[in-house]
Amino acid sequence: MKSICFYFQVHQPYRLSSYRFFDIGAHDQYFDDYANRYIMQQVAEKCYLPANEVLLGLIKKHGKKFKVAFSISGTALEQFEKYAPKVLKSFQKLAQTGSVEFLAETWAHSLSALKSKKEFEEQVKMHTRKIHELFGQKPVTFRNTELVYSNEIGEMVYNMGFDTMITEGAKHILGWKSPNLLYCSASNPKLKLLLKNFRLSDDIAFRFSDRRWSEWPLTAEKFLSWIDKIDGKDEVINLFMDYETFGEHQWAETGIFDFLQAFPNLVIEKGEYSFKTPSELSKELQPVSQLNVPYPISWADEERDLTAWLGNELQDEAFNTLYSIESKVRKIKDEKLTTQWRYLQTSDHFYYMCTKWFSDGDVHKYFNPYSSPYDAFINYMNVLSDLVSRVEKMSAAQPKRTTVKKKKQEA
Amino acid sequence: MFGWEFPPHISGGLGTACYGLTKALMKADVDILFVVPKMYGDEEPERIRLINASDVSVDVRDEVYKSHENKISFMEIDSTLLPYASEEEYYHLVEQLESGISLEQLNLHTQKFKFAGGYGKNLMEEVRRYAIVASAIARDNEFDVIHAHDWLTYLAGIEARKVSGKPLVVHMHATEFDRSGENINQSVYSIERTGMDAADMVVAVSHLTRNVVINRYGIPAHKVITVHNGVEPPRDTSSVSIKKHVDEKIVTFLGRITYQKGPEYFIEAAHKVLQRDPNVRFVMAGSGDMLPGMIRRVAKLGMGTRFHFTGFLKGDDVDRMFGLSDVYVMPSVSEPFGISPLEAMRSNVPVIISKQSGVAEVLNHALKVDYWDVDAMADAIYGVLHYSSMHKMFSKHGKAEVENIKWDQAGIKVKEIYKQLIHA
Repeated sequence: MKSICFYFQVHQPYRLSSYRFFDIGAHDQYFDDYANRYIMQQVAEKCYLPANEVLLGLIKKHGKKFKVAFSISGTALEQFEKYAPKVLKSFQKLAQTGSVEFLAETWAHSLSALKSKKEFEEQVKMHTRKIHELFGQKPVTFRNTELVYSNEIGEMVYNMGFDTMITEGAKHILGWKSPNLLYCSASNPKLKLLLKNFRLSDDIAFRFSDRRWSEWPLTAEKFLSWIDKIDGKDEVINLFMDYETFGEHQWAETGIFDFLQAFPNLVIEKGEYSFKTPSELSKELQPVSQLNVPYPISWADEERDLTAWLGNELQDEAFNTLYSIESKVRKIKDEKLTTQWRYLQTSDHFYYMCTKWFSDGDVHKYFNPYSSPYDAFINYMNVLSDLVSRVEKMSAAQPKRTTVKKKKQEA
Repeated sequence: MFGWEFPPHISGGLGTACYGLTKALMKADVDILFVVPKMYGDEEPERIRLINASDVSVDVRDEVYKSHENKISFMEIDSTLLPYASEEEYYHLVEQLESGISLEQLNLHTQKFKFAGGYGKNLMEEVRRYAIVASAIARDNEFDVIHAHDWLTYLAGIEARKVSGKPLVVHMHATEFDRSGENINQSVYSIERTGMDAADMVVAVSHLTRNVVINRYGIPAHKVITVHNGVEPPRDTSSVSIKKHVDEKIVTFLGRITYQKGPEYFIEAAHKVLQRDPNVRFVMAGSGDMLPGMIRRVAKLGMGTRFHFTGFLKGDDVDRMFGLSDVYVMPSVSEPFGISPLEAMRSNVPVIISKQSGVAEVLNHALKVDYWDVDAMADAIYGVLHYSSMHKMFSKHGKAEVENIKWDQAGIKVKEIYKQLIHA
């Protein structure tokens, strides 16, 4: 029997306040608390609470026959605690059913895996601890920010104790291979890989309400009929998407919640597929072959590469400057400073600076609070400049090891 | 086509726009008879056929210069129409002319006119005189469509339409609200409105202008079409030597120093930047009625050693100024289109433009701020000067972007409008 695996990504960044150059050195209120609270509460009402209710209802109705997986970024968890504790409680209720797997990711929804192994590992540990603390599970499956994956990242992830990772079923990696099977990493075959079926996932996440789409309106019956057409040798259909798809990207009025309810009901009623979580699939299935991914892939855009976040001059300057202060930030060991530095690592900030969507991309505009990547960059760099100058100051104020030694010798 | 200025004798973007559009239409196989109020004799003589309609008399003499393509003809009407002169300016100009000073002597580009705040009727008389001549021209010439550029020629367009029964297109390069803010001249407004009411189609140079036409003039949306301006291919500037004699970065404002261009916001933004970083120089190039006030404001803010006025620049001096600039700022309060940022970008200068400009609609690789948001403007200036990747990005993509904004596209769109009207 083929399986269907739902994994939902839950994430909210800490959005920056409008921080002008004359604020540099004047204050360190980098984050827009008002906007962050407002957006969190909006999304909670429109998406998280109603969607969780639908899932909880399905699990109550069908017991172990319905399962899903979540990955919730640390910055989202923290903002639930601060701004929407009701949402956290409802996720905890879901956790208690035993039908929900929570995945591990980086604390700050960062791209640290591409730049600093140390920072990456630290953030993953922070996140794992938090998931355990809140949901009573120790994650065994890893999901990297934006599904970014490469051989090298796979190796790091396996060495941290995860045996399964989720990534994109990128065509340029798969070639003729099917995304609907379990694979393993070429650099370490013990790490199993589950791949997103992007066509079916995006039918829900991006195309569901698009009236120009020839398949509109999408019904549970139609969607299941597409799954029925999938090759008999395939084993699992991975439907990976942002959780905000439900009620936020696709509004309630489009019927997205009805779909979320109707599709699992229909699948279970017909009994031809079973819902599984990533860790279950990893145990049950045999990897069919190795996947060699020398250059990082992601789940974004046609290219499925990193160019949504890194690659243009703006993004690279911001990213390199951010990580150039890492060792100093560590030495200073100031909690507030370190936290702010981490919040600035969130991938969204770099996404706002992307210039490749000038020609197309309504999807991207929707998520972008800045009217242009240049505005996003200037604001971010003003904040980062302040952080850098604080780091320099605090770093200079710290006693230097060499001088301490000398003094000891003198004494 | 009724216009009133043509290169090289231009006082603003309008002459350039008419020139660009005319050339593009010729390329698209449209024959054009171009009527201008005043010619100077050095308007690319090998290309144009000049017809001189002298004074108010309806004596239309034929051809002074013949174009090798025979596609464009010029008509001259001897008048003192000045597209960007206010009525007060005009009044004083006419006074000077009457005292025996010739137009040529009165270097129009510097616009050093003193304003008495009086109200002269002469400009309106000129406009009506132009309309009478237009009526005669329409009677004596063959054409399919009448195209009138900006309000001064609208009455001419209407007259030509009455005589010939041919469809009228009026082109909105700038509205009275752009020129005067809320204190509009009612007579100008009513001519604009009459022209657009009478027109079969209104062409607006940006969506911004289109909205003004619809909302403030009550013109039905279906007859207003946006055709964005293009940009002329670059002049050869290789001969212009550029030597920078100061180490500081240079931030430039270049345009008429008038209400419409928002020079005061540039000064306030400069002040904010200088408070943090004294190693920047600001240049305000241009002249206009607000210049004395601007000089006083700079003095009052005590930044005279960092803020420089150059007066009106043209030709090579403009290229030289761009060559020296690290950032170009266009803080216009209301700019129907705005071609100068495109010229800056073509010289690899990053630009900051106001969101209240039509050109903002066609540019991606530019920083856009609200003209009144001095903080954002200062922040944008600071950002471009301090974060090195911005300069790299702008010079990498800006130039290419500008080179894609072509008059040819505008020409094709306008030709489509003509076709529709002829077949309607």
